[in-house]
Amino acid sequence: MSDYRISHIAALEAEAIFIFREVAATCQRPVLLFSGGKDSIVMLHLAQKAFAPAPIPFPVMHVDTGQNFAEVIDYRDRRVAEAGVQLIVASVQDAIDRGMVTEPPDGTRNRIQTPVLLEAAEKYQFDALFGGARRDEEKARAKERVFSFRDDFGQWDPKNQRPELWNLYNGRVHPGEQIRVFPLSNWTELDVWRYIGSEDIPLPEVYFSAEREVVDRGGMLYAVNEFIKPREGEETFFEKVRYRTVGDANLTAGVRSDATTIDEIIAEVEVTRITERGATRGDDKTSEAAMEDRKREGYF
Amino acid sequence: MTDTLTSREDTHELLRFATAGSVDDGKSTLIGRLLFDSKALFDDQWDAVEAVSAGRGDEYTDLALLTDGLRSEREQGITIDVAYRYFSTPERKFIIADTPGHIQYTRNMVTGASTADLALILVDARKGLVEQSRRHAFLCSLLRVPHMVLCVNKMDLVDYDEAVFKRIENEFSAFATKLEVPDLTVIPVSALKGDNVVNRSENMPWFQGPSLLHHLEKVHIASDRNLVDVRFPVQHVIRPHSSDNHDFRGYAGQVASGVMKPGDEVMVLPSGFTSRIASIETADGPLEEAFPPLSVTVRLEDELDVSRGDMLCRPGNQARVSQDIEAMVCWMDEARPLKLRGKYAVKHTTSDVRAIVKDVQYQLDINTLHRDETATELGLNEIGRVTLRTTKPLLCDDYRRNRSTGGFIIIDEADNRTVGAGIIV
Ligand SMILES: Nc1nc2c(ncn2[C@@H]2O[C@H](COP(=O)(O)OP(=O)(O)OP(=O)(O)O)[C@@H](O)[C@H]2O)c(=O)[nH]1
Ligand SMILES: [Mg+2]
Repeated sequence: MSDYRISHIAALEAEAIFIFREVAATCQRPVLLFSGGKDSIVMLHLAQKAFAPAPIPFPVMHVDTGQNFAEVIDYRDRRVAEAGVQLIVASVQDAIDRGMVTEPPDGTRNRIQTPVLLEAAEKYQFDALFGGARRDEEKARAKERVFSFRDDFGQWDPKNQRPELWNLYNGRVHPGEQIRVFPLSNWTELDVWRYIGSEDIPLPEVYFSAEREVVDRGGMLYAVNEFIKPREGEETFFEKVRYRTVGDANLTAGVRSDATTIDEIIAEVEVTRITERGATRGDDKTSEAAMEDRKREGYF
Repeated sequence: MTDTLTSREDTHELLRFATAGSVDDGKSTLIGRLLFDSKALFDDQWDAVEAVSAGRGDEYTDLALLTDGLRSEREQGITIDVAYRYFSTPERKFIIADTPGHIQYTRNMVTGASTADLALILVDARKGLVEQSRRHAFLCSLLRVPHMVLCVNKMDLVDYDEAVFKRIENEFSAFATKLEVPDLTVIPVSALKGDNVVNRSENMPWFQGPSLLHHLEKVHIASDRNLVDVRFPVQHVIRPHSSDNHDFRGYAGQVASGVMKPGDEVMVLPSGFTSRIASIETADGPLEEAFPPLSVTVRLEDELDVSRGDMLCRPGNQARVSQDIEAMVCWMDEARPLKLRGKYAVKHTTSDVRAIVKDVQYQLDINTLHRDETATELGLNEIGRVTLRTTKPLLCDDYRRNRSTGGFIIIDEADNRTVGAGIIV
């Protein structure tokens, strides 16, 4: 301590806490997007640390596709109750029932989350939405500001972003516009796992390896569940898998792994040769610019 | 207590660096090469880039695609906005900001350079210094990026000729003496072929210096921080309204500079009241000392009126309290120039004020560093010295002394865009 140095992870934590406080102090109605995935779990943890011993001064929101891992939803409800924050659920199923969005024929609800998110933001007049996205995840995210401006239609314009100098974040918006705020911008997947390990943050069991019944689709192993049933001609088999990311239960594949503790996961992530999205997400595969296109429309 | 911060594994030092230089000088290719040769790429990232390059009929895999990830960037073959990449070696952790060279996107280069410890300025060996190389070098020195590396790139296209390298090195050094560049290193490279990027080049035996990566791993950055002047801009007041913590009142913020300890006498600016630090709190428990870049919550021994935008410092070492601000301004708005008597919003540390432009003293010619004192406005990408009068005092220092309390941004009040960057002189 005598040379006044701190670890890289401690510096990332300090930066994230600064960002949380900056938004709470300058924006009118912030909200934290919380899905029960590991990045949003880390976000909730950081938000608690930023305002301790006071409670988190904003609600959390889950844009619920209805295609969740049941255990992740249990975890979500438990964590939210513990943290004493208000949970808002924006339901995609409900939006489908109301005819606000139409379910695509392939049953993936990733893209139709966006209008549901934007509708909820408008209804509650949120002007700042915290997301757990990281720049190391994907090449379009690598280009995004920490405070990322969205127009009245929730759109991102990657060719015309606000300059962002030092740590002077510009969160000013007119009514109807928003800022998406990404406190984990500078974290890598490994940083997130190491932080979870060093802070002893509990995670849903899907993140740890277990024998799961899976089907192989294009080299990706999908666990059989409520949303993934073997199709004609598909064989199921048992394999030890864990999840590196947790998105919709019908889109997220597991990776072969023996890791049953955080330390074992960290050891695996340290030597992995594939990005987490590359290894696990069916939703990014559509085209080279899939993420950029979705972000332009207002996706996280 | 304090141990939790140091005992976390991975106490690697972090180096943030940004690329700079004119369009097509090879910045993105260099970053791609650096990542590739240091094996910092994931297989699927490489596969995707290889496939795009092959699909376009490139002769070789275009390494720039690793950072040029936007659709328009790939269509136009240029970088438009900063890409951030992360990698580490056994020596250090790195955050790379690969910035655009095109003059239209200078503001994005400034974004990337503002937080950099080191700037990597590229020059095409065939072209030598061009206006944009000078502009970027000037901006890096204005932003006081403490370390600079000039990479003379595309050495493969000039037969790895030492004379070409020397000529550019001399030309740049001459320009740099007119700027404030505390630490300059010059390296001949070929981003495309990999010479002197990660591995020392066999093609340039006349060059005795380190490879770029070696230099990035070794350059001494620990003393760049200001641990002398205590500056703690208050971000947020924490007052839990719960029975357990009824009397808790803490001032949350990130230490901008200096070292604070419980018991230290502090002065609150702008009010000038003094008190002592009762404790320095974090969610992990109290700390014995706080220093940059820690985010903490400070409690004082006395009940004072302290709010966001105020600053804690030491009574014998105070920030300047002033409504008349002299600054170098880099203008970044294409829609409207900065105008004499123009009114703007200003964000400085944690404080938001309004300001009027009282004087445009001069506009600077980037090539000659000549001062045009007849200027009355600053257009897009122009740099000049201005005097501002603010509605409330800024609690500030000269930027050269303190990067955190010496910089501000200028915001257009009508459309909320960030239109200028200011450096207090
Ligand atoms: N022969 C040769 N070509 C190079 C070298 N470095 C880059 N190039 C080529 O120069 C062109 C421009 O490279 P980029 O890396 O996109 O240049 P840039 O500086 O990032 O350009 P902007 O970001 O748009 O300012 C590409 O065609 C590269 O293949 C080099 O060392 N040798
Ligand atoms: Mg480029």
